Amino acid sequence: MLSAFLAVLRRDLLLAWRGRADLLVTLAFFVVVVCLFPFGVGAETNQLRAIAPGVLWVAALLASLLALHRLFAQDHADGTLEQLLLSSEPAVLWVLAKICAFWLTTGLPLVLAAPALALLFDIEEGALPVLTLSLALGTPILALLGAVGAALTLGVRGGGMLLALLVLPLYVPVLIFGAGAVEAWLGGSGAAAHLLLLGGGLAGALALAPWACAAALRIAME
Amino acid sequence: MLEVTDLACLKGDRLLFRGLALRLAPGAMLRVAGPNGVGKTSLLRLLTGLTEPEAGTVSWCGVPLRRERENFHRALFYLGHAAALNDMLSALENLRFACAAAGDEEVDEAACVRALERIGLGAQLDLPARVLSQGQRRRVGLARLFLASARPLWVLDEPFTALDVHAVADLAGTLGAHCAAGGMVVLTTHQEAPFAQPPDVLDVGRYAC
Repeated sequence: MLSAFLAVLRRDLLLAWRGRADLLVTLAFFVVVVCLFPFGVGAETNQLRAIAPGVLWVAALLASLLALHRLFAQDHADGTLEQLLLSSEPAVLWVLAKICAFWLTTGLPLVLAAPALALLFDIEEGALPVLTLSLALGTPILALLGAVGAALTLGVRGGGMLLALLVLPLYVPVLIFGAGAVEAWLGGSGAAAHLLLLGGGLAGALALAPWACAAALRIAME
Repeated sequence: MLEVTDLACLKGDRLLFRGLALRLAPGAMLRVAGPNGVGKTSLLRLLTGLTEPEAGTVSWCGVPLRRERENFHRALFYLGHAAALNDMLSALENLRFACAAAGDEEVDEAACVRALERIGLGAQLDLPARVLSQGQRRRVGLARLFLASARPLWVLDEPFTALDVHAVADLAGTLGAHCAAGGMVVLTTHQEAPFAQPPDVLDVGRYAC
């Protein structure tokens, strides 16, 4: 049962490693976007502190969107997706494996880079774990929801733009609770409520998105 | 046993064929024929369950595909137009992944190496797929045939394309042996292949709209 899951996970991680320049582009985009804000709004320390959680979250969201169209495109073009859909293993398993590999290679680097970038904005040190945790809970939701969008727009002309229009509104609640967690901690009311909501969102997305994604991929084959 | 009744196929908003029926018993080989664009590939995709028919049913051992998907896919080997090779992986890595993803857990690396050697790619095991020629890419896909003998139904879309004369003869022999052992083969080809026993022919053009 697990063989298809492990085979897809191992292969996608190997492919990510062999094409690691693409991953660096995502990470570099994140860093550059975050660094642009101080130039735009000025280097006033209090102002930077105030916008930091929002800036980091929006940049992480855009960076994960940037890589999303690659999730199924190559497999669709070379026929691998056909073979996976004809596998005797349940489609949900290998879809989940692809999303896991996608998050490990594009989401996780953002989570790890975020605390270092937050220091540029002079965020209080105590807020860094909250920021990291909110991104660690939030970016997998972005990957899961995004995968459904990527599957729905597969093979559509101009799919990249359509994907952004489709997925960005769905990202709004994640953004609100993710950036809100850091702000709530800075405001002194504690981040537990926001983080619990993010965790609940992740559990919900984990339970539903792979099914939706597998169904969308079957439609894309028609 | 594969059975198809009253099948109709819609592509875009054009009806390709309708009223198509066929029956494939163990040991039979069927060649799907017809001019370009008549719907041969579409028919094969319908037979594999990748697409849903506009009308009619495809059934495996008497049960419609929709209700029998997992068992049917365990019995099916499909080779499509695209070779399902990733350019950044080697021939061996591609073959191993194809087997694992299809659910053939018992296939190990040694078996994959033997299959690639048997199809004439012994020297290209570790070359990335992007440097292989069209014929060699085709062979990597066909190497799975040697590992899929437990799967009774083989559906092959243009398996002879880009192969040289020897490879065509070998493949014809492999397909013949599979049928002799009680397997079933459905294929499309525009080439004449040296089959020991000529396959039945289904002309899709007869059902065209």
